[in-house]
Amino acid sequence: MALLEVKDLSVYYGVIQALKGISFEVNEGEIVTLIGANGAGKTTTMQSVIGLIPSRSGSVIYDGHDITKTPCHKIVHLGMSQVPEGRRVFQELTVYENLVMGAYTKKRDAAFKEDIEKIYTRFPRLAERKNQIAGTLSGGEQQMLAMGRALMSKPKLLMLDEPSMGLSPLLVDKVFEIIKDINRDGTTILLVEQNAGKSLAISDRAYVLETGSIVLSGTGDELAASDEVKKAYLGG
Amino acid sequence: MKFIETLINGLSMGSTYAMISLGYTMVYGIAKMLNFAHGDIIMVGGYTIFITMSLSGNPILGLLAAVIFCVALGVTIEKIAYKPLRGASPLAVLITAIGVSYLLQSTAQIIFGSAPKMVNIANLGNVKFAGLNIPLYTLITLGCSMVIMIVLSLFVKYTKTGRAMIAVSEDKGAAQLMGINVNGIIMITFAIGSALAAFAGLFMLMKSPSLTNTLGAMPGIKAFTAAVIGGIGSIPGAMVGGLLIGVVEAVSLTIPVIAPYTDAIEFLILIVILLVRPTGILGKKRREKV
Repeated sequence: MALLEVKDLSVYYGVIQALKGISFEVNEGEIVTLIGANGAGKTTTMQSVIGLIPSRSGSVIYDGHDITKTPCHKIVHLGMSQVPEGRRVFQELTVYENLVMGAYTKKRDAAFKEDIEKIYTRFPRLAERKNQIAGTLSGGEQQMLAMGRALMSKPKLLMLDEPSMGLSPLLVDKVFEIIKDINRDGTTILLVEQNAGKSLAISDRAYVLETGSIVLSGTGDELAASDEVKKAYLGG
Repeated sequence: MKFIETLINGLSMGSTYAMISLGYTMVYGIAKMLNFAHGDIIMVGGYTIFITMSLSGNPILGLLAAVIFCVALGVTIEKIAYKPLRGASPLAVLITAIGVSYLLQSTAQIIFGSAPKMVNIANLGNVKFAGLNIPLYTLITLGCSMVIMIVLSLFVKYTKTGRAMIAVSEDKGAAQLMGINVNGIIMITFAIGSALAAFAGLFMLMKSPSLTNTLGAMPGIKAFTAAVIGGIGSIPGAMVGGLLIGVVEAVSLTIPVIAPYTDAIEFLILIVILLVRPTGILGKKRREKV
């Protein structure tokens, strides 16, 4: 069953059409990736789906709700969560306070304490640094924090926008491993990546986005094997 | 002794400025706009106190009515004048705020005329102890403001709404992704700022009973100066800046040679502090986000 169903979504920045009526879906339990070059519209798609930027036409159905015109904060309450491009952790708050912000939609009860312990178990580095100001963390640690923060709302669908950007190769592997882990624990994943090789390897299905349109789709393996993808995104 | 009296008077004036500064700084921090109509909310609060007192004679009732009316007005102005401009150029918002300021002043003039109204809050007299002779209203102003500032600081630090305010001031988009209703938080910020302005209106009328439609203009500008000196966007900064401006003003007024230049001296301090610390005393340097 499709958890997220995007149909003919069009987004404009002024007169420039950034998304030209794209359609895709994410089924419950899947990892789905959108790959594409810089400026293809990946981040626009992510922000439009979660209601940060308005769409001009098309529809977004999530978990049975039509959320096309729903403002972002209400969509988050429906159980969708996003790790934005560039992490955007709250620089002046501590690691712990950032995680508390992530649980904004939840009550601060016993379950909250349990959730935060789960995050610390998944990301031991965050436990070590829980009282450190987030702005002083390294890029990798900030990525972990952004992921932990997004998980604090216990989303059904977790969207990650370029989680591997700017990280060392070792950390990139770690991030993809964690994404797989999160998925195995029952969270559906929509991923946007420039690192096509690594993301296709963990994806059930994927879409290729080119200048605002979806030009290819298939399973992760199919796309990884396709000549066009190889040529354009896998360097050979 | 004289100096201590001056200092207490200065802190009292300063805490009134701080009440106003907080409105500027919180709105700037959270809605990223300079609300130049903020000073005029004080004036509206003043007239609300005037009306309530002429009907009932009770200053507490006057304050209550002023708080309620100012909050309603502040929130309405935000909804009608500023909210439609979310995302517009900062200049458009600034001009709108100046327009709202003139609208409020002119409306008050049409309703109440240009002649000053006398609002005698209460004859509070002076307090004498340990050789000091201090007007009671300065102590009330100082005490109330301190309590309000402490409560506000605790509210921002420890409540869910307060934390959401910090999140919105740092990154609106990320705050929305946490599930925070940014428009709601901006509305609450305007409500708090307007309530504080109503208190400032009462404090100013206790000090000097003459009420005109420009009551809030000069204190508004000075409190804005105080907010910038303290570091605009910073709540403790607005408090420190307000108290500093108040003490400087009180001290300067007791020295006959420089007393006529008091306003100039305050703005000079602004210039000097901005030259040394462009972000203000407690303002943080924000890392530019790419």
